[in-house]
Amino acid sequence: MNELKSKVKELLGSKEIDLFIGYEQGTRLPRPLLAASCEEADRLIFDEYCTGNLAVYLTRKDLVGGKKVGIAASYYAMRSISRLLDENQLQEGAVKIFGLPPDGAGLKVFETVAEVKQHLQEAPAPPKQVEDGWVKEIEEMPAAERWRFWASELSKCFRCYACRAACPMCYCTKCIVEVNRPQWVQPWAATASNMEWQINRVMHMAGRCADCGACGAACPLGLPVHIIAHKMVEMVTQNFGEPAGKGNVLSTFSPNDKENFIR
Amino acid sequence: MEQKYIPKSSIKAWLTSIKDDGKHIYAPVAENGKTHFKRVKSVDEISMGHVQTAQSAKGMVFPRTEKLFSYVRQQGDVALQDYDPNDIPCSTVVFGLHPCDAAAFKPMTSVFNWGSEDKPFSERMQRVALVSISCSKCDVFCFCTSVNGHPGSTEGSDILLTAIGDDGYLVEIITEKGKALADKHAEFFEAAATCISKEEHLAPVPVKFSAGEVQRKMAGAFEGEIWKKQPLRCLGCGACAFVCPACTCFDIQENAKGSNGGDRMRCWDSCGFSLFTLHTSGHNPRGAQSQRWRQRLLHKFCYMPERLSVRGCTGCGRCSRACPVDMNLSELLNEFELI
Ligand code: SF4
Ligand code: SF4
Ligand code: SF4
Repeated sequence: MNELKSKVKELLGSKEIDLFIGYEQGTRLPRPLLAASCEEADRLIFDEYCTGNLAVYLTRKDLVGGKKVGIAASYYAMRSISRLLDENQLQEGAVKIFGLPPDGAGLKVFETVAEVKQHLQEAPAPPKQVEDGWVKEIEEMPAAERWRFWASELSKCFRCYACRAACPMCYCTKCIVEVNRPQWVQPWAATASNMEWQINRVMHMAGRCADCGACGAACPLGLPVHIIAHKMVEMVTQNFGEPAGKGNVLSTFSPNDKENFIR
Repeated sequence: MEQKYIPKSSIKAWLTSIKDDGKHIYAPVAENGKTHFKRVKSVDEISMGHVQTAQSAKGMVFPRTEKLFSYVRQQGDVALQDYDPNDIPCSTVVFGLHPCDAAAFKPMTSVFNWGSEDKPFSERMQRVALVSISCSKCDVFCFCTSVNGHPGSTEGSDILLTAIGDDGYLVEIITEKGKALADKHAEFFEAAATCISKEEHLAPVPVKFSAGEVQRKMAGAFEGEIWKKQPLRCLGCGACAFVCPACTCFDIQENAKGSNGGDRMRCWDSCGFSLFTLHTSGHNPRGAQSQRWRQRLLHKFCYMPERLSVRGCTGCGRCSRACPVDMNLSELLNEFELI
């Protein structure tokens, strides 16, 4: 932890970075800290409880625009960063990425895309037992019961869009729910339009989602919307292989596609 | 104010009788680790193990989505169908809300009926009775006592129950509405012992800041750096506003049904959304999250007290519990005292 503090202070001091996106102790759990001074950097922490996906701040132009930035990246944040690099939302070398490699050797700074990708290959992904348990339980439900489950859960959604705000991959300047000419999805809370909203949100993540679970963790009503994303990731991987570098499976096109209706 | 006593064993029977009279009962129901206000079919569904429900009770009078009126286009003319209060359940009892939720009906009323009466809001208010329960436990996010509230405050409630030990509740009957609910089923109530002191049965909610001092400091700090510093991590979602019992912002939307007619809808909105003040020209007078954060706090803690003599916050702590990035409101308000 002290290693992180001194490294960040050094980078801030030498103006190699203007801003460091890390964690500080929060009310109950670690929370994001955007440190621009050595004084602020003294509050930094980085341990196994620091799991929130800080990559969400990397596409906030008002925060990071024109700045040299460093970030403390958990495993899933690293995955998001890799996807953001693939989607040209980040430039290689523009962000100093601090991670904790699994070899236990302590803090490491990742500078290149290759290093990030290699880390993702080598480090074990934190387990998703809880999510897998949910998926199993839901899949075992008969179709009518499954429908009732999702209708009941999503009937509660009040469209605060915390799930969208917490997602590093939701960086559109205008979301489809806010397009009103024509209006694709009704923007007020009601069971059917809430379902449309979540289906749209998750479909737009196909092949892009890092499976970090930030959407579900952000929902103030505790709706398990990350489970939909988790299942989608599983299906995309089964059908299209690891998404690495291939982008959104619903919008990329290859002349060699095995389906001929597309040609 | 009249005081009575009700044994714990009679509470369910009393509520069941109210339900059998044809009233709707909304109460806290636990589901997947959160507690929500729901219309209950049986009083056995009610759970009171929580510190705070995920949402407040404001949806009873300010639903997240409401049809204001409908219109039909006929041969070059438009026929309007006004808001129909008959669509509202004729009588609803909200049971088990805490004093910080009941207190929020005052700021809501001040906003909706400011200048002219808001019909949907007022029609709903008339039909709702609030049977609150004093808080016997609190958590690190509660700060009612810093904003003139109290875990045993009667403000806003029609009846307030306070658990006295494990066996029963002190019943404080505050309004005519409350009296009617208790008198109709007088058999469940007993006389209150004269020696009951409510205080010792309430949660110890510490005072965290002086609201007067915070208001004074905020009012003088419009250009202060603090507004930029505090919300750096804020994601600009609507979670804090939507769970807040005293937030009243709404959006007007159109539920067009082809070109022949449609409904005009009112739905919840948040001053934290970047779209909230975006003009059609593309200009946004509150283009940065720091400006939106400033608006949120100044509105609650300065503008409302100045103009409506009521604060836009009752200290329920929901915004802080709901925030995905731990914007702990009492902690942040505390920082204003120090500037
Ligand atoms: S965070 Fe939850 S309540 Fe908010 S829009 Fe997403 S699913 Fe709905
Ligand atoms: S501002 Fe926060 S603490 Fe105050 S009433 Fe609203 S939700 Fe509760
Ligand atoms: S809930 Fe938190 S992140 Fe969302 S707008 Fe409110 S303060 Fe910002």
